[in-house]
Amino acid sequence: MLRLREISSMELTRAHLDRIEQVEGSVRAFVTVTEDEAMREAEHVDQLRREGAKLGPLAGIPIAIKDVLCTKGIVTTCSSRMLEHFKPPFDATVIKKLRAAHAIMLGKTNMDEFAMGSSTENSAFFPTRNPWDLERVPGGSSGGSAAAVAAGEAMASLGSDTGGSVRQPGALTNTVALKPTYGRVSRFGLIAFASSLDQIGPFTRNAQDAALMMQTISGHDPLDSTAMNETVPDYAAALTGDIKGMRIGVPKEYFVEGIEPGVRASVDAAIKQFEALGAEIGECSLPHTKYGIAAYYIIAPAECSANLARYDGVRYGFSARDTSGDIIAAMSETREQGFGAEVKRRIMLGTYALSSGYYDAYYLKAEKVRTLIKQDFDAAFGRFDALICPTTPGVAFKLGAKTADPYTMYLNDVFTIPANLAGICGVSFPGEFSEGLPVGVQLLGPAFGEPTLLRLVDAFQRVTDYHTRMPEVATKRKSAARKRR
Amino acid sequence: MTTTATPETETMMTAISADYEVVIGLEVHSQLLTASKMFCRCPANYAHAAPNSHCCPICMGFPGVLPVINHQAVEYTIMTALALNCEIPEFSKFDRKNYFYPDLPKGYQISQYDIPLSRNGYLTFTLNGQEKRVGITRVHLEEDTGRLIHLSEGGDPRTLVDLNRAGVPLMEIVSEPDMRSPEEARLYMEKLRSILVYLGVSSGKMEEAALRCDANISVRQRGETKFGVKTEIKNMNSFRAVERALTYEARRQIEELQAGRRIVQATRGWVEERGITVLQRVKEDADDYRYFPEPDLPPLVVSRAWVAEIRERMPELPDAKRTRFVAQYGLSAYDADQLTADRAWADFFEQTLKIGQPYADDAAMQARAKAVANWELGDLRARLNTDAIDITANKITPESLAELITLIERGTISGKQAKEVLEKAYASGERPDAIVAREGISQLSDAGELEGIVEEVIAANPKAVEDYRAGKAASLQFLMGQVMKRSKGRARPDIVTPLLEKRLQQA
Ligand SMILES: [Zn+2]
Repeated sequence: MLRLREISSMELTRAHLDRIEQVEGSVRAFVTVTEDEAMREAEHVDQLRREGAKLGPLAGIPIAIKDVLCTKGIVTTCSSRMLEHFKPPFDATVIKKLRAAHAIMLGKTNMDEFAMGSSTENSAFFPTRNPWDLERVPGGSSGGSAAAVAAGEAMASLGSDTGGSVRQPGALTNTVALKPTYGRVSRFGLIAFASSLDQIGPFTRNAQDAALMMQTISGHDPLDSTAMNETVPDYAAALTGDIKGMRIGVPKEYFVEGIEPGVRASVDAAIKQFEALGAEIGECSLPHTKYGIAAYYIIAPAECSANLARYDGVRYGFSARDTSGDIIAAMSETREQGFGAEVKRRIMLGTYALSSGYYDAYYLKAEKVRTLIKQDFDAAFGRFDALICPTTPGVAFKLGAKTADPYTMYLNDVFTIPANLAGICGVSFPGEFSEGLPVGVQLLGPAFGEPTLLRLVDAFQRVTDYHTRMPEVATKRKSAARKRR
Repeated sequence: MTTTATPETETMMTAISADYEVVIGLEVHSQLLTASKMFCRCPANYAHAAPNSHCCPICMGFPGVLPVINHQAVEYTIMTALALNCEIPEFSKFDRKNYFYPDLPKGYQISQYDIPLSRNGYLTFTLNGQEKRVGITRVHLEEDTGRLIHLSEGGDPRTLVDLNRAGVPLMEIVSEPDMRSPEEARLYMEKLRSILVYLGVSSGKMEEAALRCDANISVRQRGETKFGVKTEIKNMNSFRAVERALTYEARRQIEELQAGRRIVQATRGWVEERGITVLQRVKEDADDYRYFPEPDLPPLVVSRAWVAEIRERMPELPDAKRTRFVAQYGLSAYDADQLTADRAWADFFEQTLKIGQPYADDAAMQARAKAVANWELGDLRARLNTDAIDITANKITPESLAELITLIERGTISGKQAKEVLEKAYASGERPDAIVAREGISQLSDAGELEGIVEEVIAANPKAVEDYRAGKAASLQFLMGQVMKRSKGRARPDIVTPLLEKRLQQA
């Protein structure tokens, strides 16, 4: 990730904290900045290094964490009033792994409340802005983590992707955003939105850094029965630069009306680039793609309606002081006051979909669609190593542009949702810009196909420079991070 | 051990059975005796624990936590299902049962809905000397809830939540509506408890709510094939309560029908002190728990090899043990039944018998078996019943009882003395050997000493001696009594009798 020979962890961390101070007034990527802890950890890493300890590649690297991941003793809000003051008594497994690797946690990043949204406007606290254009959204729900990396506030960050919540903000902010295979990364400590779809993934500026992040956070966890006991490969070793003969499929259902021309042009250019690098390109079909959104908006709310039932004000978090003496009324009041509109909307959708008499027509049918979508991918990956398509139909939109109509907001995830439903991996990486705004190109891979995806992205980045571009907000002043290069 | 129907319930049943038939199905919940909870590593035994001292972020339903299945609980459930002759499908899964209540930390209970661990079994028990079979619909696994404690000090009602119990493995055993009287329901519960305790999967303690029973009950005219409208009865905390509550409810339903009223489908609670059931909640529609598959847990794959291995490890069950007790130990069917109804009693019996090993031959072993059974089911049971003490918690150990019986067999003490020694050992826990030695309790078997006493008795009772010699045999008994009296009950009758006879014949 960086060659830390000339710069100390403390200097590097300080530089990022300075950047945070410099840009946060406008970007607002962080809900909590843990400056003191970060500097203490950095000092510790420097100490270890002086003592000659053998440190991993992430040691001393400043990282931002989406506020959906539990951090022991550090407020973890999910950008919700419900958890505004909640301090988890334990670290998420990925946090433990990052700590063990001596990464430096800079703070917790803003998100759509409980990861429900595509713009980070659903945060109960404040919206995060896109570093490339402060009038525009950074995407969501991991908008804070994406913006932090894009604006140079962190060298890498973690987000969570339930229907595109890592890849979509990655596309809108010119970052590499990977959604791993379901079961690749432990979910223990990830505050659940939709358990069968949620997966933690990294934001970085390039494929190499993504490989290092994946190396650290992947693997089986006895605390998560859905984390698969599958060997973790050497991700960095996969980045050979050689993609000759690799087969890339172009799913025709992902190139339909409604895609902005700039996005289309960028994806086409990427396809040409891969072809130039020796990959074989061919068309394929994923016929059930069009049912993805409908299935997703049954399954995800259904699971969320149960996952969010625990917020009742009894044991932790916000509690409405109801003095009526009626416990159930007090619980209802807590939920009435503690949750925002989008969260309530999804809880109601999910409750309805699971109700007796509707279960078969909605939930069961959605699960069947899910199986069909999986089969589509299985067939495609029989012929191709990866599939290429846009991450989003358009570039970053303006704040407020889609808040009025939830459905247009939901459509933003049309190209990202199928990967979650099928449990496969996907990555969004910077392509050719469109009118000065980043465009994300998406590669989808089969289960545990992360090395393939990263090899393709790395090969692309060896011959392009889109990923090295930084937004103006991050280049106004010289910073330690720039000096280092 | 076994409770019996009270005269009161029996008369009521006679009244019930004339025109109407009672139909009962039971839903039994049993906590499992695993070391840890169902989905976390907290200890499952919360007895005497301070409130909320046996919980962690997982069983408290904190954000971000995930469940991990307790393998032992799954094995216990499969073992129970096998003991209840159930089918064990190769594929099973957990589901979320959604409802809001402050004792349910996650807002849903992890349970099993449409693919339980097992189904289609049966249980048999003896009813009036006949075998009665009750179908088992399913046996599945879920997690227990926490407990609410309602305080109302100074007019300020407060509800406190204790989550020690939340997440304790809970097995649910659902029967078919195959029982036809409250007595059958009690016998079913007794047999089921016996099996669970035998398997070592449950403490079987209804009074501690480790074993809970809800009943669905309806009545119908004899000859009618359709079921009547049922009520669900809760709060029955003992076998006796099960029988009493269902007797009351059956009679109440019949009276309603006889008065021309309809039975309202409802949940009713048994009020022990008043001996009645009271309406708790009218059920208009089936509750909607919005079950759906638990996405945090992979499906359970139950391989045939695993089932076979569990079957291999299953302990002997009550029916098999009873048969063996009769065959091996020569016990009466009644004694064998009494001893095997409760595993602890059977274990006590066999442990006591084992201490006497080796036996000269089968006859010696069976004689000892009879003695152990007599003492265990006689004096010891009487004491335990009076004091309501569990056999495992009592101060008479198998070692003590074996020692006591050996003292009798060797003639060191008499049967009468043994009763006193048992009382003392029961009270203090002291070993019979020690009691006998300390208190000098023993039989007099020294021939020289006994001869002296016989001489004294003969000298002091010339009339009786004369009577005996005149052919009055009963006088021998009188003279024996006198010898016992002089020896303060210590003289061994088997030695005294020939001595006395010999002396009397000497003239
Ligand atoms: Zn626990």
